Amino acid sequence: MSNIDHENQKSLPISIKSLSKSYGDVHALEDVSLDIKAGEFITLLGPSGSGKTTLLMTLAGFVSPDQGSIYFGQQEMTMTPPHMRGLGMVFQNYALFPFMSVAENVGYPLRVRSMSKADQKKKIDASLEMVQLGGYGERRIHQLSGGQMQRVALARAMVFEPKIILMDEPLSALDKKLREHMQIELKALHQKLEATIVYVTHDQREALTMSDRIAVINNGRLVQVDAPKALYDQPKDLFVADFIGESVLLQLENSTNSLMLRGQPLKMTNPMPNGVDPYCLVIRPELLVMSNSKDDTVNDLSGIVSASVYQGESVLVMVDLGNDTKISVRLPANKSHNSNNIPEVGKQINLGLHAEDVIIVAGKV
Amino acid sequence: MEIAAKTQLEGINSKALAKGRRKEGRLFFNLALPSLIIIMIVVFIPVFWLSSLSFFDRAGDLSWVNYDRIFQGQLYIKTFIVTLKISFIVLFFCILLGYPLCYWLSQLPDRIAGILIVFVLLPFWTSVLVRTYAWLVILQRNGIINDTLISIGWIDEPLQLAHNLTGTVIGMVHILLPFFILPLFASMRSIDTNFIRAAISLGSTPRGAFWRIFFIMSLPGFFAGTVLVFILALGTYVTPALLGGGKIQMLAQRIDSTIMLYSNWGAASALGVVLLILAFATIWVFNRAFGIDKLFMR
Repeated sequence: MSNIDHENQKSLPISIKSLSKSYGDVHALEDVSLDIKAGEFITLLGPSGSGKTTLLMTLAGFVSPDQGSIYFGQQEMTMTPPHMRGLGMVFQNYALFPFMSVAENVGYPLRVRSMSKADQKKKIDASLEMVQLGGYGERRIHQLSGGQMQRVALARAMVFEPKIILMDEPLSALDKKLREHMQIELKALHQKLEATIVYVTHDQREALTMSDRIAVINNGRLVQVDAPKALYDQPKDLFVADFIGESVLLQLENSTNSLMLRGQPLKMTNPMPNGVDPYCLVIRPELLVMSNSKDDTVNDLSGIVSASVYQGESVLVMVDLGNDTKISVRLPANKSHNSNNIPEVGKQINLGLHAEDVIIVAGKV
Repeated sequence: MEIAAKTQLEGINSKALAKGRRKEGRLFFNLALPSLIIIMIVVFIPVFWLSSLSFFDRAGDLSWVNYDRIFQGQLYIKTFIVTLKISFIVLFFCILLGYPLCYWLSQLPDRIAGILIVFVLLPFWTSVLVRTYAWLVILQRNGIINDTLISIGWIDEPLQLAHNLTGTVIGMVHILLPFFILPLFASMRSIDTNFIRAAISLGSTPRGAFWRIFFIMSLPGFFAGTVLVFILALGTYVTPALLGGGKIQMLAQRIDSTIMLYSNWGAASALGVVLLILAFATIWVFNRAFGIDKLFMR
């Protein structure tokens, strides 16, 4: 089934070329091209209805595209029926067969491949061991907790050693603490398996935590494909800047060869874009600092405190800059440093944004 | 809940809270009470009374005479065999026609499936009697089917479609099919497509996924439909009486004639009891055959 070049490897690269799919007037995918490296953990990130699940289902073969091509390694898969694609897949609600035991579920892909009973048992045990569910084989599905079901679904998707594993929001049904724990575990599992993983989520934090690269999708189009840090630090457009992180966008005024922030020239270390296009300043709450210094390297963003929210590890302070502009700043909650100095509601707070933390994107808010 | 209430007897408000819970329980029971009483009066007592008649002979003494007659009389044995045979044939055609139809319906978008299921229910709007006579019009010697087939020259002699087993089965399948479709449809509808997709992504062919996953998960509805159709078929009266043309004698007809012609209540009652036992036995056998309890254990 797989190509000779990749016969002995544990993973396959994926190449997607100008894939389009529409449902009536709705463009679920519009000319999407994406190259995924062998062994990469790539996340398709986007709001609901953005087309990320359609893209995943197209890779799996459950959705047939209107045009475009899909390659796994050197082999074209566009026309291949889903059961011939040899993919492991993890579904949102696990899709564990309720009338089978844990071992029967995990063994399903092996039974379909007519593997001998003894080999099946070996593989099932190893796979369950891998997800830390050794000895759970005889349990019924309804006896498992949400997290355990998730692990069984993982074990089932990887037991036949697929070179590509697709995951459709696999952690969305778990509570926050378990979800964060599973994110770390999944990442570790990926390192062990060495398979190519395509992961779909709408949770930007999850994407940042787990991925080698993130492909941001909006309205059926790929907006930006980058490593988490690059995506966070250099968003390509307003959508990415807004979608990733808890950003506030502030419109900048254009003046002759400089961008103006609240009447002052914007200080930034990166080269200032020339031209007359409108630009926005991306303010990440954690990048703002409290300061009184009118330093050359600090942009002044002082304003009036309108509310402050205690969130445990930090305090989120809403600041009114006047002219209906509101920003928020995240300050650490350690008593020695900040939290005692946070001004009360209605008082002035002096905030600054360092020149090296300045992020700008083209566009109008 | 009972244990918790006892151990926490001393807790704040525990007595009042327990009283509140008991009151709620009583309220629900009271709401069900009228129908419980009605069912007792109009179902259990008459059934019990009628069944008890079968244990008395005509002189009013306790005896097995009514049952002896059933199991020794060739006529009665033949009636049982015919009844079972027709019920199985009808069940077979209900499954054959109903399962694929249900599968197709279950795969349609909600709105369209909702409209189409109304068409499945449409026959319920008219009485069984009317529908059976309608079949008679269609199936008889100079009925629509025979006329049409002769006029296009496919046959020379009219086919014997009514007043025999064929007519009885056609009529019964038509009347009982909705009882098979409804529970099966509900069951199939609740099967998440992701189960099938999961099976296919794991390497099953679509056909394999259907049999290994979908079919098995549809079994609770399949079982419910099968039991409904079979038990209703066992007790059918109108359809074989009209479409069988006197040649088909099913159990319900035999009970009727035993009372109407011979006014032998004891004998009729014994037949009724055997029918009841047959119905219970069917449920038990089907349950064993399909291993349904395992499927319901989610």
